[in-house]
Amino acid sequence: MGRYAARLYLLRNLARKHTVPAARLWLTAMACVAASWIGTPAFAQSQSQSIKIGYLHGPLSKEKISLIDIPAPNDGLAGAQLAIDDNNTTGSFLGQRFELIESKIGDGDDPAPAVKALADQGVAFIAANLPANQLLQAADAGKASGEVLINAGAPDERLREQDCRANLIHVAPSRFMLADALAQYLVLRKWRNWFLVSGSHDGDKAFADALRHAAKRFGAKIVAEKEFKDTGGARRTDSGLAEVQRQMIDLTQGAPDYDILVAADESEVFAGYLPYRTWTPRLVAGSAGLVPTTWDAAFDQWGALQLQNRFKKKFQRFMTPLDMQLWTAVRIVGEAAAHANTADSAKLFAYIKSPEFSVAAFKGQKLTLRDWNLQLRQPILLFDGRNTVSISPQEGFLHQSSELDTLGLDRPETKCKLQ
Amino acid sequence: MIGTSILRHVGLTIAVLAATTAPSLAYTAYVSNEKGNSISVVDTDALKTIATIKTGERPRGIEVSRDGKFVFVATGDDNTIQIIDTTTRKIVGELPSGPDPEQFALDPAGKFLYVANEDDAAVTVIDVEARKAVAKIPVGVEPEGIAVSPDGKTVICTSETTSMAHFIDTTDRKVVANVLIGSRPRSAAFKPDGSELWITSEVGGGLSIINPTTRKITKVVRFTIPGLRAEKIQPVGINITSDGKLGFIHLGPSNRIAVVDGTTHEVLKYLLVGQRVWHGAFTPDGKYLLAANGLSNDVSVIDVANLKVIKSIQVGELPWGVAMGPK
Repeated sequence: MGRYAARLYLLRNLARKHTVPAARLWLTAMACVAASWIGTPAFAQSQSQSIKIGYLHGPLSKEKISLIDIPAPNDGLAGAQLAIDDNNTTGSFLGQRFELIESKIGDGDDPAPAVKALADQGVAFIAANLPANQLLQAADAGKASGEVLINAGAPDERLREQDCRANLIHVAPSRFMLADALAQYLVLRKWRNWFLVSGSHDGDKAFADALRHAAKRFGAKIVAEKEFKDTGGARRTDSGLAEVQRQMIDLTQGAPDYDILVAADESEVFAGYLPYRTWTPRLVAGSAGLVPTTWDAAFDQWGALQLQNRFKKKFQRFMTPLDMQLWTAVRIVGEAAAHANTADSAKLFAYIKSPEFSVAAFKGQKLTLRDWNLQLRQPILLFDGRNTVSISPQEGFLHQSSELDTLGLDRPETKCKLQ
Repeated sequence: MIGTSILRHVGLTIAVLAATTAPSLAYTAYVSNEKGNSISVVDTDALKTIATIKTGERPRGIEVSRDGKFVFVATGDDNTIQIIDTTTRKIVGELPSGPDPEQFALDPAGKFLYVANEDDAAVTVIDVEARKAVAKIPVGVEPEGIAVSPDGKTVICTSETTSMAHFIDTTDRKVVANVLIGSRPRSAAFKPDGSELWITSEVGGGLSIINPTTRKITKVVRFTIPGLRAEKIQPVGINITSDGKLGFIHLGPSNRIAVVDGTTHEVLKYLLVGQRVWHGAFTPDGKYLLAANGLSNDVSVIDVANLKVIKSIQVGELPWGVAMGPK
């Protein structure tokens, strides 16, 4: 992009934001063009660098217990788009220009053709919201052409452990990270006796495993366990409130005394029905009640309010955890480009993996990558559906290198060999 | 090093003691209360809150006009800067700040006021006398800190997500240079002789010292307090004494102010103040530094010569910043 093309782009952006009348904009644009003939441009260095970032994703699940939780059609995409805007504002001072290319595939589709198509368009970094299998296929398909995948959706441990890939960064926290964040808080509150109720799907079982691991790690005790069998049709659509109430009371009856019910229901089949419907009056955490997450619409610490405002202004809705994960994924590339001052993808990836790299994501501290499996270290919010209750790691959980490494599997435990 | 600086301070104390035989001048401090939607008026002689002025919604950035006749306060949720007459303590007008003003700065002549528009990635320039916005300069994402160089030629604006200090030429009203700094830069301040630019970083956890001529970072000062987690140490406001010998860095939720040697940039001392200390201001005679403690709803008074916190003054809810005027 030439000198004043960059300026015109910036002005167009400003015009969109401030609804500057076209005539005035034109005058300003002409004034800028004139100015750039006279002196050196205010922004942009000699030559502009172009960086294209992909967003590869499957369909969003609309099967939710609460009507409120049904995702907007642009859930995730909006976060990526806002990050592109933010990258471009910074980029306008450095002569860098970012572009997002979205690519959607179907459930179970082979992602290889989509990865190739993105590579052919000059995309080197692909933010992805895909299930574990498709994500690995995508990473392997892009390996030869130097594609780097940024996982913004899949929580599976195996992606960070035995199935890790050298061209796969994880922005989404793993299940172990989420479970540890919750466990630290519950243990600190001295709510050590848990009643674990888990769903029957693979993701539910994996989250239940993470909760068991966390209980053991931080000294909580699982006093009873129960499984909720998904026999189909338990969600909002059919059974009616009276039936659900009966079902949840039955499900939670007969457990020995416990402090808190911890639910593992990633598939969102039943946990959302548990609060206020348990046999004994107990709090709920995990997949409902107090939920570990990367973001919530009420979070306003450390300048987060500014991001929430910016997001709402552009998209007229609240920012979700998936939006935040995509924002962070795209910002990682922008941050690397600004600091490494390059558009060269190999150099960018090398910088992202270097100890110099960090990204700020409104969590009160810089976020860095675990060099052993390329997982982003990050605080985890505990959200009650209305407010941020707390942020883990909790005070007193210490670690020799980073307290953030008290969340999730640590270096000595890893099974990952990056290749 | 610390030994010699103590000696220097002892010398300074003697000088101040000698000076205090003359009747001390009284000043008025104005404290913006972000949640109280008010300004607390503090008598710096009696060290007491003597009045409260109701303002618009969410008052944060605060300055007194050069002639002492007006207080300017950015009321972010009202998207304006209110003008308060210091004699009548009534709101007498507004300045068109643009959306969500937080920090702003007056130029040395008191003619132009520069406002960071956080939600808008811009700096608005206001002609104070005409009460008109005369320019809007695009900067990085989430502009935050603003400082005008002592010669009035350069305005610095920091942008938090972009992590840059933007150098704005006040004649052309254009960004002429950008310096990448630690994550989430917050406040900026020049040494009174203009030889150094200091910038705090919230997430980077440090204080960057920049040479304004070469526009290069010459040093990063780090703050560590035994027993406190790193993320509790968030450097925010900066106050540098008029002789440039000492800098006071407000460290937010660590409840401390770091005293930094203006020459060597060594941290000399951490002063324990109230909760979430944010911004402050010196009395014009340099005797006291008043610092706003957001969560304890008070202002700590620091005896600058002795580096001691001597008092805390109750103000309104969530105090954010302090500005000084004549009595």
